[in-house]
Amino acid sequence: MATATVANHDSAAHDHHDHEHHDNFVTKYIFTQDHKMIGKQFLITGMFWAIIGGFLSILFRLQLGFPGMDMSFLRPILGGWIDEAGALDPTFYLALVTMHGTIMVFFVLTAGLSGTFSNYLIPLQIGARDMASGFMNMLSYWFFFLSSVIMFISLFIKTGPAGGGWVVYPPLSALEQAIPGSGLGMTLWLVAMTCFIASSLLGGINYITTVINLRTKGMSFSRLPLTIWAFFLTAVIGLLSFPVLFAAALLLVFDRSFGTSFYLSDIYIAGEALPNTGGSPVLFQHLFWFLGHPEVYIVLLPALGITSEIIATNSRKPIFGYKAMIISMLGITILSFIVWAHHMFVSGMNPFLGSIFMFLTLIIAVPSAVKVFNYLTTLWRGNLIFTPGMLFSIGLVSFFISGGLTGIFLGNSAIDIQLHDTYFVVAHFHLVMGSASFFGLMAGVYHWFPKMFGRMMDAKLGYIHFWLTFAGVYLVFFPMHYIGIAGFPRRYYSWTNFEFANMYTDLNMFVSVAAIITFAAQFIFIFNFFYSMFRGRIASLNPWRSNTLEWTTPLHPGHGNWPGEIPTVYRWPYDYSKPGAEEDFIPQTVPLSATPESNLPHEQELVKLELEIMKEDEEVLVANESKH
Amino acid sequence: MESELKYVDLVEQPISMHPKKFALWLFIVTVVMVFAAWTSAFIVRQAEGNWLDYDLPQIFWFTSGIVILSSVALHWAYLSAKKDNFSQLRIGMSLAVILGICFLVGQWFSWIALVDSEVFFVGNPAGSFLYVLTGMHALHLISGLIFLIIVLISTFRYKVHSKSMDTMEMATTYWHFLGGLWLYLFMFLLLNH
Repeated sequence: MATATVANHDSAAHDHHDHEHHDNFVTKYIFTQDHKMIGKQFLITGMFWAIIGGFLSILFRLQLGFPGMDMSFLRPILGGWIDEAGALDPTFYLALVTMHGTIMVFFVLTAGLSGTFSNYLIPLQIGARDMASGFMNMLSYWFFFLSSVIMFISLFIKTGPAGGGWVVYPPLSALEQAIPGSGLGMTLWLVAMTCFIASSLLGGINYITTVINLRTKGMSFSRLPLTIWAFFLTAVIGLLSFPVLFAAALLLVFDRSFGTSFYLSDIYIAGEALPNTGGSPVLFQHLFWFLGHPEVYIVLLPALGITSEIIATNSRKPIFGYKAMIISMLGITILSFIVWAHHMFVSGMNPFLGSIFMFLTLIIAVPSAVKVFNYLTTLWRGNLIFTPGMLFSIGLVSFFISGGLTGIFLGNSAIDIQLHDTYFVVAHFHLVMGSASFFGLMAGVYHWFPKMFGRMMDAKLGYIHFWLTFAGVYLVFFPMHYIGIAGFPRRYYSWTNFEFANMYTDLNMFVSVAAIITFAAQFIFIFNFFYSMFRGRIASLNPWRSNTLEWTTPLHPGHGNWPGEIPTVYRWPYDYSKPGAEEDFIPQTVPLSATPESNLPHEQELVKLELEIMKEDEEVLVANESKH
Repeated sequence: MESELKYVDLVEQPISMHPKKFALWLFIVTVVMVFAAWTSAFIVRQAEGNWLDYDLPQIFWFTSGIVILSSVALHWAYLSAKKDNFSQLRIGMSLAVILGICFLVGQWFSWIALVDSEVFFVGNPAGSFLYVLTGMHALHLISGLIFLIIVLISTFRYKVHSKSMDTMEMATTYWHFLGGLWLYLFMFLLLNH
């Protein structure tokens, strides 16, 4: 067996040299099967969508902060959606909210986050040449690209993009007569999401297969970096929940285009009864939230994994409670599938069922609290190095706490009656899921940029970007709690006509201004990203003095990642500041036998075993070379 | 192609399974989830009342028999391939493909029988669900059939033998799964209609 390993690594290395000669522009940058380039493709596409999604939010924030303001200066972009008087069209407002949600949840924080870092990091951190199937991986990106193109086109059609909210509840989304956005825009939304689901599943199948089957020698599950654990569990969640969204969407397609009545029943439009009877709109909600809730963790878990890695590296301390981290992620994975109905407390569902879902929902607080505790204890008395990536990671922990606490309120079915569908919910999920995941994404980009492009990003611009964004996020979302407690519903075009909401005019104006500043701050990042890609300082091989395998590759790893053999792993990835060791980090590739000064008693036992294995390997290598 | 597969096979891994076979199992998981969603939607919707009662077409008993026979034929082909018995392999594979097509034709007749008994796709969801379940299963079965035909062609080129069983094994797994899925759907409909 060992013979085969060595021999095959060799042949693979040769293969990869052969391939490199054949790479032309198209196979290297466009239809590439290299996981690193595919990861970068996801990242760039995700950034493009983040700008669009953010811009849409600025548009509706303008209306909310300055109701009925004269937006005629936006007519070159929005055309007919600005009426004669210069006000934003109310149906287009609904479409803006819908598309902002769809884009941010799926295109930025699912594809842009999971797609980028699962693709980029899994093979590099587990010691594999590439994903299990490079072709499927390429297909995954191009399905996402197709989905993006369709969704982008839907922004520009005459009746506007989908307008029924990102949750697309029927009957609003099922009947063309309901709002303009339920026409062609909704059809394109469904087609785009189908492609998106195909892309996610192709990617997810690949991630799971790769993590389970292609780990390098010595890389047991108990030595996997927490990033990989997070990506792995994210892929498992996606694999189990996206098919259910597909099932729900297909029935919606039948209702919309073929006249079936899965979700429609007894509806009158303009005094005339529709033929549909016997459908159940709550059925859609059940199916949708069976994906929708796990989706929250699809978005969040990769960010938490990235944070674990960056916080441990930059605290120069082993992650506190490695096993507890894994167990809590497993707990979150399982619990994410049995809490969906907490989104439906006020849907007319049986209240007893509500109590069960409330109970299960509150249990999620336990693994989440374990994770927060472990982040804080890792930071505690560490030799903190405040790189931009580290700052964004700490920012994530902050949002995870402040946004998570409000989740306990919302999870209670009684309090939810007051808070349901108000700005309190908006504040909650934008902090705990939106901003936390976004900060995880940013942390990841700052941290792995040197590996991706071989250059460093500018740290000073990174600090400015961080502080503006961090303060901005709190200034935008914190006031929303108050507006929400007052009972103001989300997704409303205008609210000044209500007596109780009048007093919040100033607060809304404040939120809108903060949102514009935060959005503008992102262009500092965009500039830094593209400038550093070409003009940044050349990075050293291991700029953060990190333990994981990706830093053992060359500065610009080719297709195949390691020019020679794949390195073997001898220890877990968190040997930072080990007592007795010379350096404050020991990479995973350093054998225990090479560090007798820092080995713990039980590790000293393992040294004997390790030496035996190494001797065996060497014999094989010698035998192999003599064969050549 | 062959050397590439061998490379993956021989690498010493903590859990070594052929990555493509593993990916197929994961794909099967996604299909299971899709049908789990529809069948649970069926139950949830049925519990709400206003549910059309109708008799399942008798043809389902025959098509269930056909799909079992098809799986048996394929398994016979699979065992023959392991023993390098090429003539039996081809007969078994061809039988499996023909029976698969017979199954699809049978399902089509079941739809005709449903229409004759006034159960339509557009109407009470009780009927619509039946069409969705059978239709989507048939769609997956067509994908399995295409896979089988590809393997059948490669048996005539002597590409399937005891030392090269990967695609054959995958085809067998998928086909057995699709047969089992139909039996599950049929049982489910028998118990819940």
